Amino acid sequence: MKNDAKREKTIAWIITIILTATSLAWVLPIVIVLINSFKDKGSIALETFKLPNADTFVGFLNYTNGVNMGNYSFWTCVYYSIVITVLSVGLILVCTSMSAWYISRVNSRFAKIVYALCTFSMIVPFQMVQFTLSSTASMLHLNTPYTIPVVYLGFGAGMAIFMFTGFVKQIPLEIEEAAVMDGCSPVQTFFKVVLPMLSPSLISVGILEAMWVWNDYLLPYLVLDITKYRTIPIHIQYLRGSYGQVDMGASMALIILALLPVVLVYIFCQKYIIKGVAAGAVKG
Amino acid sequence: MQKKKKLRAHDSTALSSELIIRPIKKKVWLFLIPTFLCFVIGFVWPFISGIYLSFCEFRLIREALYIPLDKIKDVFVGFSNYVRAFEDESFRKAFTYTASYAVVSVLIINVFSFFLAYLLTQKIKGSNLFRAVFFMPNLIGGIVLSYIWQLIFNGILIKYNTYLTANQTFGFWGLVILMSWQQIGYMMIIYIAGFQSVSEDILEAARIDGANKMQSLFKVIVPNMMSTITVCMFLTLTNSFKLYDQNLALTGGAPVMTTASGTQIKMTEMLALNISSSFGKINTWAKGTAQAKAVIFFIMVAAISLIQLKATKSKEVQQ
Repeated sequence: MKNDAKREKTIAWIITIILTATSLAWVLPIVIVLINSFKDKGSIALETFKLPNADTFVGFLNYTNGVNMGNYSFWTCVYYSIVITVLSVGLILVCTSMSAWYISRVNSRFAKIVYALCTFSMIVPFQMVQFTLSSTASMLHLNTPYTIPVVYLGFGAGMAIFMFTGFVKQIPLEIEEAAVMDGCSPVQTFFKVVLPMLSPSLISVGILEAMWVWNDYLLPYLVLDITKYRTIPIHIQYLRGSYGQVDMGASMALIILALLPVVLVYIFCQKYIIKGVAAGAVKG
Repeated sequence: MQKKKKLRAHDSTALSSELIIRPIKKKVWLFLIPTFLCFVIGFVWPFISGIYLSFCEFRLIREALYIPLDKIKDVFVGFSNYVRAFEDESFRKAFTYTASYAVVSVLIINVFSFFLAYLLTQKIKGSNLFRAVFFMPNLIGGIVLSYIWQLIFNGILIKYNTYLTANQTFGFWGLVILMSWQQIGYMMIIYIAGFQSVSEDILEAARIDGANKMQSLFKVIVPNMMSTITVCMFLTLTNSFKLYDQNLALTGGAPVMTTASGTQIKMTEMLALNISSSFGKINTWAKGTAQAKAVIFFIMVAAISLIQLKATKSKEVQQ
């Protein structure tokens, strides 16, 4: 018995060592970029894995260069990325939860058709609609950061409605009956009774959608007028993908700046994010 | 007696739910119509017109890449776009490249994430921290991720006087490493949920019957987790087929090779990137052919999803 306990302990130690070594491989790439962001641009490509020395250390020069790289302020990109993500996720959450409630409570043919279309849309890859969607969006003048949420709601509604209907079905009907007996209108029933009960799934769906919208590249690239409006991924791809000499130092600094908000959010919401993904995967 | 009781209970819910449903039904313009309109703009109409355009040629060439549809004259040309799509060597190359990438990445990602999840569900300290670290790359977008790894790969390869886009093999394994780094954490989360859903009772029974850890893993846990394994396999499979951002940013399809017939083929270009870049070409049939490729691509992805649906359903019956 004692031997067994000892053996278990050694196994636990071995597992911990394996996991620590593996997680180093997960953190190291980012640390290397961070180190390089303080190095002289000439030395990055040649001596990627060396720490900066007196000759190659440039302090925050790369950061000051990076922020205005390509004659477009990085902070403007951050602003547009935040605007697009917040507006799109907000719109998606409100609209699709309402629709999901309607679909699972009302058994009309229209509701059934919408639900079937939503499930169908989940298997359609973006390339299928990329050309026609971008031309439709520009025809309807949806090509600004303030109107692109409509496009996101349209293309992303499928998954959100699918997940929300799954969650709504778990809510017992009796609670809503009680609300109606007490004189609640449908709008009141939804916002005062159903929505609060949906809040765990609002967080899950919100996180999945936010991860998608924040990191999305192709849809905003095709829909937005990128001479005026750039999100972070569009800006970074624009700078790196363009021909000619790329300032490696500045682009390292930009990558770190792009990671910063994500890492901050992750540190504070890590638990919700992982839970949200697990819930989403089980549903999908 | 019991049957009657059940019936009555059912009747009363039906009655009172009718009471709730009617007012909700009246508010369709508030609850469903706005979302439905956006859905039509963002999905239904683009999808339908996409299918239509795959049978068309654009007879008006404009300088702007994405011009409003009503300004283009499209002429119905039947299946000729599909014929061109299948004849396109770069498209066929992209298909084989995508398929081989999919096979390799599905295997690697699932094996690693399964065992990571297994280790993390053992009783060890700090498993939440490890979980958080492994999941982290999923929050970083594909574009930024690719440039992080591009730096690393080129930093290593420069020691051997070469670089990432020098040949197809570097690009292929670079993408596999990059995507494993990103997706292992995601699949691990799903596998952990799967491990936790295996009931303690079965494991206890196996232990009493004298099964060791390896035996209970492969003979008890794995058969009970088949539905999770299918979900993860298909998720990685569709993800590899739809891969775009990482492919674009890591190699952008380079290196380019010229075939005997004179066509230029990008050696590390996957299907999604091939389709997207053919929309950018300017000649009368380029967009129609690109759209035809997109329809073929859609059918492939949809077929995978349908097989998945069938597979998960049959697994559910078994349990």
